[in-house]
Amino acid sequence: MKNYTNAFKDIPGTTVFDATQSRQGYHLNMFCMSLMKAPNRAAFKADERAYLQTFPMTDAQREAVLARDYNRMIDLGGNIYFLAKIGATDGFSFQNLASKMTGVSEDEYRAMMIAGGRPATGNRSRSDPAR
Amino acid sequence: MARIIAGVTTSHVPAIGAAIDLGKTQEPYWQPVFKGYEFSKRWIADQKPDVVILVYNDHASAFSLELIPTFAIGCAESFAPADEGWGPRPVPVVEGHPELAWHIAQSTILDEFDMTIVNRMDVDHGLTVPLSLLFGQPAAWPCKVVPLAVNVVQYPPPTGNRCYNLGKAIRKAVESYDEDLRVMVWGTGGMSHQLQGPRAGLINREFDTRFLDRLTSDPEGLARLPHLDYVREAGSEGIELVMWLIMRGALEANARELYRFYHVPASNTAVGHIILENPR
Repeated sequence: MKNYTNAFKDIPGTTVFDATQSRQGYHLNMFCMSLMKAPNRAAFKADERAYLQTFPMTDAQREAVLARDYNRMIDLGGNIYFLAKIGATDGFSFQNLASKMTGVSEDEYRAMMIAGGRPATGNRSRSDPAR
Repeated sequence: MARIIAGVTTSHVPAIGAAIDLGKTQEPYWQPVFKGYEFSKRWIADQKPDVVILVYNDHASAFSLELIPTFAIGCAESFAPADEGWGPRPVPVVEGHPELAWHIAQSTILDEFDMTIVNRMDVDHGLTVPLSLLFGQPAAWPCKVVPLAVNVVQYPPPTGNRCYNLGKAIRKAVESYDEDLRVMVWGTGGMSHQLQGPRAGLINREFDTRFLDRLTSDPEGLARLPHLDYVREAGSEGIELVMWLIMRGALEANARELYRFYHVPASNTAVGHIILENPR
């Protein structure tokens, strides 16, 4: 199991949602899940800090949510399908979230996708010679 | 007897659903995507399936981290569109086929696939976007749907080979169902895409093309592709492609490719779509 899980760590810029991530991110992801209900979205928007306190997540996870730092949330166990519910609550498209995670403007990200996306060449392995 | 007449695979990008729901299908960005499904819409109107067994993954809608079934079959009378954070999609309620669904559940469990039986489940874009792509915007979906949700969120997801063999078990189940039904199996998700982290936006046309080729010509070989290769080559969410192998396993070995469409991009994703027909 260790070999299976560790093999993915060679892929750059990617976090696989394995058992370690899932255990670490359980309450963060369950907070995201709560945003599927309109009254909860309203409560979160009304007072984000207070709403986050109702979930037993870590302070680091709460700060990452408040900062809308999606890469940090993923580091702390967030899963993108769960985190997307924060983006939806904020009224942003998935493409907007992706641009934030890749550190470019939404227009630049959109242009990259229209031009065929991020190439696999150079992005397969941390030891990829093309990197 | 029930019979599987054809298999369909298609991406299920949520932005495609939003484009349909917001009337944007003729915008220059979206027009090529929907043009790619015009043939398929005519084809399926002609085929008139009674039931679609729709293989998809739930995106943290019906299943949170509280409960993570690897294979879950929807046995309910109906399934409501899920509220994924911006309200439910304005699409018809999905009518199930409980009798067939229960039959498949029982048959596959006795075939040693440990299916989870679900009697209440909202269905998200993973299931409703493919219906919209093939059927447009009817007042009611023109066929019954048996939802089959596959975990591809929590690692490890099922292997491609497991999916392929589940497809074969589904074929056996359908073919032993007494009622005359025209059944299709759809595999959804993919193709190459990555939605997370600094590598988001990855697209691999070469991988996708080879995957589409091998789906018909070399499914046994394709079923042996390890998860690592999916993530490395097709992006972290490209792992959804294992679900296409359930469709493939449910079709005959000598099924033929009737139609193929490929387009980059729809939002963050390479759109792939294929129709396989069983020999008559």
